[in-house]
Amino acid sequence: MPFLPDFLGQALNGLAYGALLFLLSVGLTLIFGMLDIVNLAHGSFYMLGAYAGLATLAVTGNFWLAALAAPIAVGLIGALVERGLLRPLYRRSPLDQVLLTFGLIYLFEDLVKWGWGGRIRSISPPEVFSGRVSFGRVTLPSYRLFVIAFCLVVALVLWLVIEKTRLGAVIRAGVYDAEMAAGLGIDTGRVFTFVFAFGAALGGLSGVIAGPIQSAYPSMGVSILIPALIVVVVGGLGSLKGSFVGSLIIGQAETFGKVWLPGVSMLMIYVVMALIVVLRPQGLFGRPLR
Amino acid sequence: MDQLTRRTFLRGAVIGGGTVASSTVGPWVLRARAQGGPVKIGLVLPYTGVYAELGNSITQAMELVFARENWTVAGRKIEMIKEDDEMKPPVGVRKTEKLIDSDKVDILTGPVHSGILMGMRDKVHNSKTILIVSNAGADAISRERCSKWIFRTSFSNWQPCQPMGGWVAKNVAKEVFLIAPNYQAGKDMMGAFQETFTPAGGKVVAEDYPKLGETDYAPYLTKIRQSGAKAVFAFFSGTDAVNFVKQYDGFGLKEGIRLTGAGFLTEPDVLPAQGKAALGTLTGHFYTPQLDNPVNVRFVKEFREKFGGKTPDGFACQGYDTAEVIVRALKAVNGNTQDKDKLVAAIAATEFDSPRGRFRFDPKTHNVIQPFIYIREVREVAGGLNNVPIDKVADVRDPGTGCTLPA
Repeated sequence: MPFLPDFLGQALNGLAYGALLFLLSVGLTLIFGMLDIVNLAHGSFYMLGAYAGLATLAVTGNFWLAALAAPIAVGLIGALVERGLLRPLYRRSPLDQVLLTFGLIYLFEDLVKWGWGGRIRSISPPEVFSGRVSFGRVTLPSYRLFVIAFCLVVALVLWLVIEKTRLGAVIRAGVYDAEMAAGLGIDTGRVFTFVFAFGAALGGLSGVIAGPIQSAYPSMGVSILIPALIVVVVGGLGSLKGSFVGSLIIGQAETFGKVWLPGVSMLMIYVVMALIVVLRPQGLFGRPLR
Repeated sequence: MDQLTRRTFLRGAVIGGGTVASSTVGPWVLRARAQGGPVKIGLVLPYTGVYAELGNSITQAMELVFARENWTVAGRKIEMIKEDDEMKPPVGVRKTEKLIDSDKVDILTGPVHSGILMGMRDKVHNSKTILIVSNAGADAISRERCSKWIFRTSFSNWQPCQPMGGWVAKNVAKEVFLIAPNYQAGKDMMGAFQETFTPAGGKVVAEDYPKLGETDYAPYLTKIRQSGAKAVFAFFSGTDAVNFVKQYDGFGLKEGIRLTGAGFLTEPDVLPAQGKAALGTLTGHFYTPQLDNPVNVRFVKEFREKFGGKTPDGFACQGYDTAEVIVRALKAVNGNTQDKDKLVAAIAATEFDSPRGRFRFDPKTHNVIQPFIYIREVREVAGGLNNVPIDKVADVRDPGTGCTLPA
């Protein structure tokens, strides 16, 4: 019965792809949902993460240090962007924020091109995960299994922090009703900066983690923006759970689209998105639209 | 009255004569000025984005050749006008119109993107501008869309793939999986491969056409493993080539299923990023810096010296040959770019030793006859990974179906 192992192998492919999508989109959805900022520059954070990782690797040769340094560096950049550029725009129309973050895509792309040149680069997987794992007829690079596990850990930690800690409560309060939270003595300005920087750091982290599977180049951020936005729409704006489930659904839809309908594989994810938008406009786990 | 008439007549004669004189003198003066001015060469190439590396290689090799001539050929200065096409057809077509209409270039070269080539084709043809295509491989430009004014020094998509079919069937495997991006060039190349593969007893086990710009090939790689294929023939370029080759190795397909493809799969613009994942890949291409003919040895040495140790790639070879064709044709017509028919004839007749072998155009299509398609294997050599030639197929000329020059 050759069908079953094929199916299992492809389902694992979809899981690994979905895991990567989750890392990519979770920062976007947090910023989107909590701060009401459509941060088109999220793709740039992903790209900056890859290059920060490359720079760390060039100096230390250690993948794990790169995976640590990249989100820190990109988080700091995110904090600067929020404080210096976005803050003055909060009282203006959302369109101004969209324009600003859209412009940032080009700014960061040119800065990276200036520093590193336009050549395609890549990150090698860490030595421990450079091999493969086989069970039966299914073979998977061990790095992809690591990505799946890593993504589960990140999702769990995020959920714990946001739902179960005091820090999470402060963030939720500051975001849900900034004026009321300020009245309770919470420094909402700092909360906003922290959330934005945290979302940016997650984007940077996904850039390094995706590095061993994909290639790094200055305009790489633009290409992932669409799948990330689709995940956010499917899962629901600002919902951590939505981002998680949405990523897994899109990961499977796209993978099996490639298996069964390779010519129109992209169609699958748009069909999923269209169904969600029609049947449940707020997304799977989004707050009902007012 | 008589006198008055005569005076009027004389005055008229003087004015008339003057007009005749100026109409004979005027154009002569203009032409002399044009001939003394620089030969303008317009370049429509990508200078930003992932494909900037290709545009740079082509441009640098052209500069190398022109510098050798002190930027003066047959008494005329050479002036290059570079335009960034951003790999976007609308931009490329707009830049082409600018170069032809405002800059009034004598010769046009580029583009990298076949879509841009097809978009600029009619403008070039109708304005009778000489275009020497230095990369884009759309087969149509050597076939039903060929033009008297268009030459190609690079390749048609058919050329690097067609000889590979028979070679792979004979030397690698008879059961092959085909994979290429889902667009015209991808389908053209897979078709060309099968032209010699099937008659040689080969069997296409399955074929897949992922979208251009795919980032996750895992589903296709799982299909390849389970297809029973003994080899894969692939065409990808740019980031697709990096992602595909890295993931192919990541899934362990290299052990047991040989990766073969069109040369672009492992060209030097992507090879460093692929790294060891590319080792052992077999590709067909008209050039590799590893060729040991004297022209190439000198080309590689001079190119490295001039451009900070950079090794020339197939794109650089295309630029070198484009500039060499321009230099030789200009010398043949004594720098006269006004008589376009003569210049076209001179370009068509150009023949010389190129880094890739003996260079000449096919008079039937104005497309280059590849002296050889080299079968290359990615190996570790001094200075890192490179495409080492292990076999070759001679005189590969596009069938040119549907092209009847002068068109």
